[in-house]
Amino acid sequence: MPERQLITGNEAAAEGAIAGGCRYFFGYPITPQNKIPEYMSEHLPRIGGVYVQAESEVAAINMLYGAAATGAWAMTTSSSPGISLMQEGLSYMIGAELPCVLVDMVRGGPGLGNIAPAQSDYWLATRGAGHGDGRCLTFAPASVQELYDLTGEAFPIAQKYRNPVMILADAVLASMREPCTLRERLDPPQEKPPWAVGGARKGRQRNIINSLWTAPPVMEEVNLRVAQRYEQARQNELRWTEHGADDPEILVCAYGISARICQTAIEHAAEAGVACRLIRPISLFPFPVQVIADWAQRVNKVLVVELSLGQFIEDVRLAVEGACPVEFLGHTGGVLVTPEEVAARIIEIA
Amino acid sequence: MNTLAIIETSKPVYTRPDSLTDIQMRYCPGCTHGIAHRLVAEVLDELGIKERTVAIATVGCSVYAYEYFDTDAVQASHGRGPAVATGIKRCQPDTIVFTYQGDGDLAAIGLAEVLHAAARAENFTVVFINNAVFGMTQGQMAPTTLMGQKTTTTPLGRSVEQGGYPLNICELLAQIPGVAYLARETMTSPKRVRQAKRSLKKAFQVQMAGLGFSLVELISSCPTWWHMKPLEALQWIEDVMVQQYPLKVFVDKLEAGE
Repeated sequence: MPERQLITGNEAAAEGAIAGGCRYFFGYPITPQNKIPEYMSEHLPRIGGVYVQAESEVAAINMLYGAAATGAWAMTTSSSPGISLMQEGLSYMIGAELPCVLVDMVRGGPGLGNIAPAQSDYWLATRGAGHGDGRCLTFAPASVQELYDLTGEAFPIAQKYRNPVMILADAVLASMREPCTLRERLDPPQEKPPWAVGGARKGRQRNIINSLWTAPPVMEEVNLRVAQRYEQARQNELRWTEHGADDPEILVCAYGISARICQTAIEHAAEAGVACRLIRPISLFPFPVQVIADWAQRVNKVLVVELSLGQFIEDVRLAVEGACPVEFLGHTGGVLVTPEEVAARIIEIA
Repeated sequence: MNTLAIIETSKPVYTRPDSLTDIQMRYCPGCTHGIAHRLVAEVLDELGIKERTVAIATVGCSVYAYEYFDTDAVQASHGRGPAVATGIKRCQPDTIVFTYQGDGDLAAIGLAEVLHAAARAENFTVVFINNAVFGMTQGQMAPTTLMGQKTTTTPLGRSVEQGGYPLNICELLAQIPGVAYLARETMTSPKRVRQAKRSLKKAFQVQMAGLGFSLVELISSCPTWWHMKPLEALQWIEDVMVQQYPLKVFVDKLEAGE
């Protein structure tokens, strides 16, 4: 029986993970996501799950590596400086072809920065995953409900592609309270994947989880296998929403909380006589290239709005491929954009 | 009788333990890693736990340990073996888990992970190989390098001014209540090897009994980077290293009946 509750984004991510089958959590406190580990420490042991507070984000991601190696559905959550520390572990997980789920409640940076909302981890999330050629499959919700849904859906996606999945949210989504429809908690599958370590071997070949391949052609083979899965994700996991005029002058591109702000802004712009269409990518890697490329042929300009000095804009520019000018509006360091500011910019460039 | 016939008709009295693969090890001549591997494998055989064991290889000379132990295995990033072991053991409590770590891996980059695993009383076993140098990277100073010891980064010998003091891991861990078995051994003579095996077996028995964290430090030789002949290296352990690192059973909760 679906249940509708008024909850914060942090609670939605935690409960969404449990509903999606997560039973193991490893984390380290950092604002603004502390409600997630707190929720997990209370709820997981009640249903036979495990919560471990690690001594650092470095330890947390490596506990996740061990958990994932056993085939467990496991996650960690953090915020920007903590996600930086997890990059090495993510690289190893990609190299060892291990699935896991992470949530990044992005805050202002660089350095210790602050705890205000930002989107300046876009490169870290979509290009990052430490050294080497791997990437995280990355999804960006724009509401508490979507944060709940995506965090749950991330677990089977991670298993399917044997790769870390990153939920990229921010300090606003972490703390804001919205109505959210909760579904029944799913159990993770009983059967372990054939590559998992641990348990009784009983006649099966021994399993080795490893990212060390000293022969370059073998390493290349592994990387190509991982890249092939990214290509499959490109075919199966692209997600976006679009709203607004069917014959727009301006295409606005924004993701996550910025897209919520842009929704109001394009309504203001329409009242002022400028027709806009808003595309909100939900999957950031893989990126919905084609829909942006198609609209770019039909508009005068593209406006990219994001809470950083210009990271997401690079993916939009690659999709637009010079079909029209791409303009930018952003704030950094934890400063939000306002709908009035975005509307004014739209009218200015129209 | 020709040699082949003698071999074929003889009863083997010394064979490769079942828990070791037949892959040729990459260790240098005279290195004690081979003995340590064999002892761990013999213990897994004798306790009948090979089929439910996960070995965790770390970074250093023993990085390929996952090829040598005939068990499920996970290769961990540098120093993080105890965190990886925590993840495995918490998800699969019936699995026997051990990390195999050198002094660079455990006492330098991975000190936080091993200390906190011990503090949380994580129920797995650590085999800690202390040879007082970074072996795989060609003989640099380790946290366990002795005062005055020459390495490639202490060419005049380790000094307090430049490199500080050696770190005694067992003495550090001994004060942590989560530690259920803790011993320091070496492998310089048949007698010492037998004692080392007894401690390793105890450590795994402590894990099987669910008593908490267990660690056996094995003072090991590195003839290559100590620039000694194998026998000289073993003698140096007896004459010099055990002065800094006394051989001792520090904690034994199995014996204490806890």
